[in-house]
Amino acid sequence: MADPVKRLSTPEVPSLWQGFTALLRRDLLIAFRQRSDLVNPLFFFIMVIALFPLGIGPEKSTLEKIAPGVIWIAALLSTLLSVDSLFRQDFEDGALELALLSPQPLFVLVLGKVVAHWLVSALPLILVSPILSVMLFMDAETVKVTLYSLLLGTPVLSMISAIGAALTVGLRKGGVLIAIIALPLYVPVLIFGTGAVQAAAMGMAWSGQLAVMATFLVLALAFAPFAVAAGLRISTSG
Amino acid sequence: MTEPLLHVRQLYCERDDRILIRELAFALGEGEILQIEGPNGSGKTTLIRILCGLSDDFEGELYWRGQPRHRHDDRFRQEHLYFGHLTGIKTSLSPRENLRWILQLKGVAQQGEELDAAIEAALAAVGLASYEDVTVYALSAGQKRRVALARLQIEPAALWVLDEPFTAIDRKGVAELEALVQQHAARGGSVILTTHHALDLPGLRRLQLGLGGGKWQIQ
Repeated sequence: MADPVKRLSTPEVPSLWQGFTALLRRDLLIAFRQRSDLVNPLFFFIMVIALFPLGIGPEKSTLEKIAPGVIWIAALLSTLLSVDSLFRQDFEDGALELALLSPQPLFVLVLGKVVAHWLVSALPLILVSPILSVMLFMDAETVKVTLYSLLLGTPVLSMISAIGAALTVGLRKGGVLIAIIALPLYVPVLIFGTGAVQAAAMGMAWSGQLAVMATFLVLALAFAPFAVAAGLRISTSG
Repeated sequence: MTEPLLHVRQLYCERDDRILIRELAFALGEGEILQIEGPNGSGKTTLIRILCGLSDDFEGELYWRGQPRHRHDDRFRQEHLYFGHLTGIKTSLSPRENLRWILQLKGVAQQGEELDAAIEAALAAVGLASYEDVTVYALSAGQKRRVALARLQIEPAALWVLDEPFTAIDRKGVAELEALVQQHAARGGSVILTTHHALDLPGLRRLQLGLGGGKWQIQ
C-alpha cells in the first residue's frame, strides 16, 4: 500500500442500470464457473419427465392427456429446487450486506439477481421442453403453446419463489419453508399454464390463458421485487 | 465549527434481555478516528451494524452531516464504506471481477477500462499485483482479505466503518493498513473501527464498551 491510488468518484445519483447489470453479470459469471447450478435443475426436469412414461406406461392416449401437467409440475419443482440457493450464498459470504448498504435501490438489485437466476435455471428447461413434449406425444401446435406458456410463466415462478427465499434466508434450513410459502402462490400460474396447453391440445383457442399469464408476469415484475427487498431487510436486520 | 459527520444521541440497544449499550452519545468529526474496544460479546459488532445501517433494532437518534440519517439514507449510503467480518468476496470470481461488482454497486462514475485500470492499481497497492485474474478460491485467507481491503484504496467514502479489519493480515499489512487509515483521516475522512490491536494513531479516540449494564467510556 505504498503510494496512494487515485480514488474513484460517485455521481450524485447512481445509475440504476449499472446496479442491475452489475449483479446480473456477476451472478451469470458465478453460474458459469459453478456448472452444477446450471445443470442440476435441468437434469431434475428431464429426469422427472422421463420417469412418467416409465411409471404409468407408454400409451399414447394417457401420456397425451397428462403431458401439460407433467411438464408444468416438473418446471415448478425444479424452480423450487434451485431457488433456495438464490440468496443463501450472498447471505453467507456477506455480499448481501453490501447490496443492502448500496446506494442503489434494493429492488433493482433484486431484479438483477432474479433475472440472472431465471436465465440460469429456467431458460435451459424451456429450451429442452420441446423435445420432452414430443416424447409425451404432443403435436406441433401444442409444443409451441407449451413453449409460450413456459416463457411467460417461469419468470413469475422465479419471482414468487424469490419472495420465499428472501423471507427464509436468515434461517438455517429454509428449504421446506420456501415450498410452503411459495407453492400456494404457484397455483394460479399452474392452472393457466396447463390450461393453455390443454386448450391447444384440444384444438381450442388458447390466447386467453396466455394473456392472463402475461398479466401475472407484468404484476410479478412490477411488485415482487419490492416484496423480495422487504423480505431481505427483515431477514438480515437484528 | 464544522458540522460533525456522524452524531449519535441517546443510543440504547439490548440483545436477549441484556443491555449492551445505554445512552451512548458521541460525535465524529472530519479527520477523526474512533476505535471501539471491549471484550468479546460486549456489542462491538452490534454497534457497528447499527452505525452503518444494517440493523434497525435500537433506540436513539443518528445524524449524518447534521440531518437525521433515516431521512438522508441515500446520501449516507453513498458516503460510507462498510467492511465487515464477512467481506462479500465471491470465491469463484477473480479479485478484479469482485472489485468490479462491488464498485458498480456503489455506483461509481468510472466505467469500462477506466474502472479496470483503477482496480488494477488498487490490487497492486495491496500486494496482489499478479493475482488479478486468479479465482479467489485459490488465494490464501490473508490474500482474500486483502482483496476486500483493496476497496479502501479506491472506493469513494467519507466514513469508513471497519469491523476487525486486521484479521488474517500479516504484520506488514497491518502497518500498511494503519498508514491507510491515517491517510484517510488526514484527507478529512473519518474512521470507526473495532480491533483488539493496540493502535497508535494521532487523534485516535477509544470507545470502551462492556463495562457492565450498558455503561461505556470514551477516552
